[in-house]
Amino acid sequence: MTIVEIQNEIIDEFSMFDDWEERYQYMIDLGKTLPLIDEQFKTEDHIIKGCQSKVWVHANMEDDKVNFTADSDAIITKGIIAILIRVFSNQHPKDIIEADTDFIDKIGLKEHLSPTRANGLVSMIKQLKMYAIAYQTQLN
Amino acid sequence: MSKTLDHTTFNVETIRKDFPILNREVNGKPLIYFDNAATSQTPQQVIDVIVDYYSNYNANIHRGVHALSQEATDAYEQARRKIQTHFNAEYAHEIIFTSGTTHGINLVANGFSSLLKKGDEIIVSALEHHSNIVPWQMLCEKTGAELKVIPMNDNGELELSAFEALLNENTKLVFVNHISNALGTINPIEEIISKAHSVGAAVLVDGAQSCPHIKPDVQALDVDFYVCSAHKICGPTGVGMLYGKQDWLKKLPPYQGGGEMIAEVTFEKTTYADLPHKFEAGTPNVCGGIAFGAALDYMNAIGFETIANYEHELLEHATHLLQQIEGVKIYGTAKHKTSVISFNVGNIHPYDIGTILDKMGIAVRTGHHCAQPIMDYYNIPGTIRASFMFYNTKAEIDTFIAALKKAIMMLS
Repeated sequence: MTIVEIQNEIIDEFSMFDDWEERYQYMIDLGKTLPLIDEQFKTEDHIIKGCQSKVWVHANMEDDKVNFTADSDAIITKGIIAILIRVFSNQHPKDIIEADTDFIDKIGLKEHLSPTRANGLVSMIKQLKMYAIAYQTQLN
Repeated sequence: MSKTLDHTTFNVETIRKDFPILNREVNGKPLIYFDNAATSQTPQQVIDVIVDYYSNYNANIHRGVHALSQEATDAYEQARRKIQTHFNAEYAHEIIFTSGTTHGINLVANGFSSLLKKGDEIIVSALEHHSNIVPWQMLCEKTGAELKVIPMNDNGELELSAFEALLNENTKLVFVNHISNALGTINPIEEIISKAHSVGAAVLVDGAQSCPHIKPDVQALDVDFYVCSAHKICGPTGVGMLYGKQDWLKKLPPYQGGGEMIAEVTFEKTTYADLPHKFEAGTPNVCGGIAFGAALDYMNAIGFETIANYEHELLEHATHLLQQIEGVKIYGTAKHKTSVISFNVGNIHPYDIGTILDKMGIAVRTGHHCAQPIMDYYNIPGTIRASFMFYNTKAEIDTFIAALKKAIMMLS
């Protein structure tokens, strides 16, 4: 699936919910499906800066596609990073770099996009794209 | 402090009508504002003063000959006298207008940089806000003085015996907050001041968290410097005050150069203006200063004893209900504390609970509250902090408890 297809799939899933409670409950459940980062990578240099909770992200590339694993000590943050990883994992670095992230707004999580928001969703997106940029340079 | 409240004279519903912001909704729910330790809300009486200033007599002060400037100057200086009376300072010129607590602390720290030398010692408490640690670290780097820390115990109380052991003839300054922002602990500053004075050290007290709840008497305390911010006392942001004993303020060099703070300028030499202008370079926050005075009028009309008694009722009500929730751990259980509760629930991250509470219209603070050393002491990433003011109600606390239970259910 392409990034846009996955994003549309997530928008569809979230459209089934009537209120914030169900949306957040679903996000919390998605957090439980997060591909967990190997314990050895839970180090200072894998922490995403700008988050009130701790978020660790690791990336590797196989067959020209980037895969992400992550973890967080906060459940909602874990749900958010799980959604992002579902969108960006197993994709070509160029597609990750070029992807827009408007779908966050469409699934009712707009409040998390504020740059002042302490959960650092913006920092997470930036970090995932940074990994993609790094791998793209290897392919060039 | 007496702990009984006369409910015939204090009516919270009448008080709430003074605060327009309390009528708004957040995420479709009536706002419940429990982040008062970060900033308090502003009553209409203070908002009116701000509107009146800009509508009728906005002008630069102290040097205009025209009517507006005279009116603005009079109102600003009257506000200074209100603050003097409120804190019971001996002279009005011992009250320096600042941009807030942090500015006041930096002003004193900067002033001491010319008075300290290598081998001198500065003592701060383990309960400090970042803003009260960083300036002293910078001061120590600059002067070669050494920074010592008064440790705290599990209840969040300072260890006074350890403080006494730190004091010696090299101690030049002691900095402590009157009330901890993260835990609400009321520190025994009377004892700290008298002990510090016994070795000749000066004491600066950070009153940012105390001034909304108690009325400090700087002469009775015999404190050398006392600082606070107006925005935590129902006033506007960007203004605060530094009280300093006249002798100390005369000894300290000015903090910033500029207009207003000079007596005479030639290219050879500038002589500084008298107190308080020596420390008030540039055009001040005139409106803010006047509104600060109005905020004190508002609080004094209710009465600080009434405020403290009512807030104590809120604290006891919330503490009692919180303790009944499984897994809740309250940090800072000092015998003397204000209406601040810092807590966690089991292993749930404070950020998660804060996010869910916000969805239900409830504003609390989560995180380390700019007091990382305290969080390190307890080995936690942060806490949820609910802080109450006299315009909050027990009914709001009940709604908060119900919302918290729902958040716990969602997050477990």
